[in-house]
Amino acid sequence: MSDKFKFAMYWAGSCGGCEIALLEIKEKIVEVDANYDVVFWPAATDFKYKDLEAYDDDYIDVCLFNGCIRNSENEHIAKVLRDKSKFLVAFGACAVMGGIPGLANVADAAEIKKLVYIDSPSIDNPEGIYPQETFEVAEGTLDLPHMYDTVKTLDQTVDVDYYVPGCAPEAHQIAAVLDVVTAALKGEGELPPKGSVVGVSPKVCCDECERVKEEKKISSFKRIWEFLPDPKKCLLEQGLICMGPATHAGCGARCTGVGMPCRGCYGAPDGVVDQGAKMLSTVASIVDAPTPEEIAEIAATVPDPVGTFYRFGLPVSLLRRAKV
Amino acid sequence: MTDQFEPRLIGFLCRWCSYNGADLAGTSRLKYPANMVPIKTNCSGRVDPTHILKAFKEGADGVLIAGCHPGDCHYINGNYRTAGRYPLMEKLLEQMGLEHGRVRLEWVSAAEGEKFQRVVTEFTEEIRALGPLGWGTQFHDEAADGDAAEAAREAVPA
Repeated sequence: MSDKFKFAMYWAGSCGGCEIALLEIKEKIVEVDANYDVVFWPAATDFKYKDLEAYDDDYIDVCLFNGCIRNSENEHIAKVLRDKSKFLVAFGACAVMGGIPGLANVADAAEIKKLVYIDSPSIDNPEGIYPQETFEVAEGTLDLPHMYDTVKTLDQTVDVDYYVPGCAPEAHQIAAVLDVVTAALKGEGELPPKGSVVGVSPKVCCDECERVKEEKKISSFKRIWEFLPDPKKCLLEQGLICMGPATHAGCGARCTGVGMPCRGCYGAPDGVVDQGAKMLSTVASIVDAPTPEEIAEIAATVPDPVGTFYRFGLPVSLLRRAKV
Repeated sequence: MTDQFEPRLIGFLCRWCSYNGADLAGTSRLKYPANMVPIKTNCSGRVDPTHILKAFKEGADGVLIAGCHPGDCHYINGNYRTAGRYPLMEKLLEQMGLEHGRVRLEWVSAAEGEKFQRVVTEFTEEIRALGPLGWGTQFHDEAADGDAAEAAREAVPA
C-alpha cells in the first residue's frame, strides 16, 4: 500500500447529496487524491463491509460520515467506522442533527410502516402484507436491516470528532475543512479541539445575507408560491418564514440570495439549545396586530410548525413524541 | 396516602403581576394543590419556548405561563409576544402527539389571588386527568445497546 493517508466516506440514512457535495470541490479533488487513498466509499468504490471490518483499528485517518442512524445497518457501520477511524466526522445535516429523515420522529416505526404499506391511498394490499426482516431461501436466510422507532444522529450513536453541518455542506467549506485536516495529518498545522463544529462561519445566516433588513413587522405569513418577493428586502419582513435568524452562518446565504427562504440546514447558532424553539419564538414575536387575540390568530396560521422550524433538527431538539 | 397520580407542574410567573397574584393567594391563606413549582420570570414574554420544552424534557407534565393582562405589561408589549407564541407552541406540541392543554396561558394580575388559586387547581386536575407525559424517560430508547435493539425488534410488528 502507498503511504498516503486513508480516506473513507459512508452514507447511512441519507440521500446521497453529501457525496455529490464532496465532488463539488472540483479540481481540489485531485489534491485529495494526491494525499489520500480511498479505502472505503460505497457510493464511489467497490469495497465491501467485510473489507472494512478486516482493517486494523484506527487504520482510516479521516472518515466523512453522512446520513442519520435509521436502522440496524446504519448503527453497525457507524460503530465499525468509529473503531477503524482516527477522525470520525459527522458530515452533513443528517449526521449532525438528523436532517430531513429525522422528521419521521413524529411517529414510530409501526405507524410509519402502517401508513406506507396499509393506509397510503395508492397502496393495494388487501392481505395486509408487511415486508419481513428475514426470509428463508434454499441458500440460507436472507435478512434486511431492522428499522428503528427513532431516527438518531451519529453522535447519539458513537463518539464523534468533528461536525460539518449543511444540506449539503457548501463546497468552499468542505475544501477548507479538508485543507485543515490534511495539514494537521502532515504535521504542518493544528486541528481544532475535538467536538468542534467546523466548516461554518461565525454568527447567523442573516449576517451573510445581503438583503436589506429593517424593522420586522408581519401582518400575515405567506408561502413562496403566493407572490414574487422583492429581490432586495429581507424575506422574513415580506412574510416568508426564513430560518436565517436561528441558523448558523457558513453557507454564504445562497438560498436567500435567489429568493428562497433559509430552511435552517446549518443548524443552531452557537449557544442555542433548540433551533426550532428559537425560531418559533422569533416568528411569533414579529407578528404585528393591535390585540393579543389577533396576534394569536395570525401566529396560528403558520402551517406545520414541526416541519418548518425543525426541518433538519428534530432528533437533536428537545421535542419528543407523545407516549404511544 | 392515595396512589393517585401527582402531576409535576412548572409555572412561569411574571414578577410584576402573576407572581404577586400568587403571593396574594398565599397571604390570603387560599388553598390550592402543591403540584406546581413556581419560577419567577421578569415577564411572560421572557418565557422562551425552549424553557417550556426543557421543562417537559426534565420531567414536567404540564407548564403554566402566567402574565399581566394585555395592556398591563410592565414592558408595554411583552405579553403580546407570549400571546403569539402560545398558539404556535400548542400547534407544535399537537403535531408531536401531545394532548391539548399541557401548556396553559393565563393572565393573572397582582390583585387576582383567587384567580391564581382557581387556575392552579384547575390545571392540576386537568393534568392529573391527562396522566404523566413521560418525556423525561423517553429517548435513547433503543439501539443504545444491542440488547435494547433486540428487545425493540421483538416489539415491532413485522
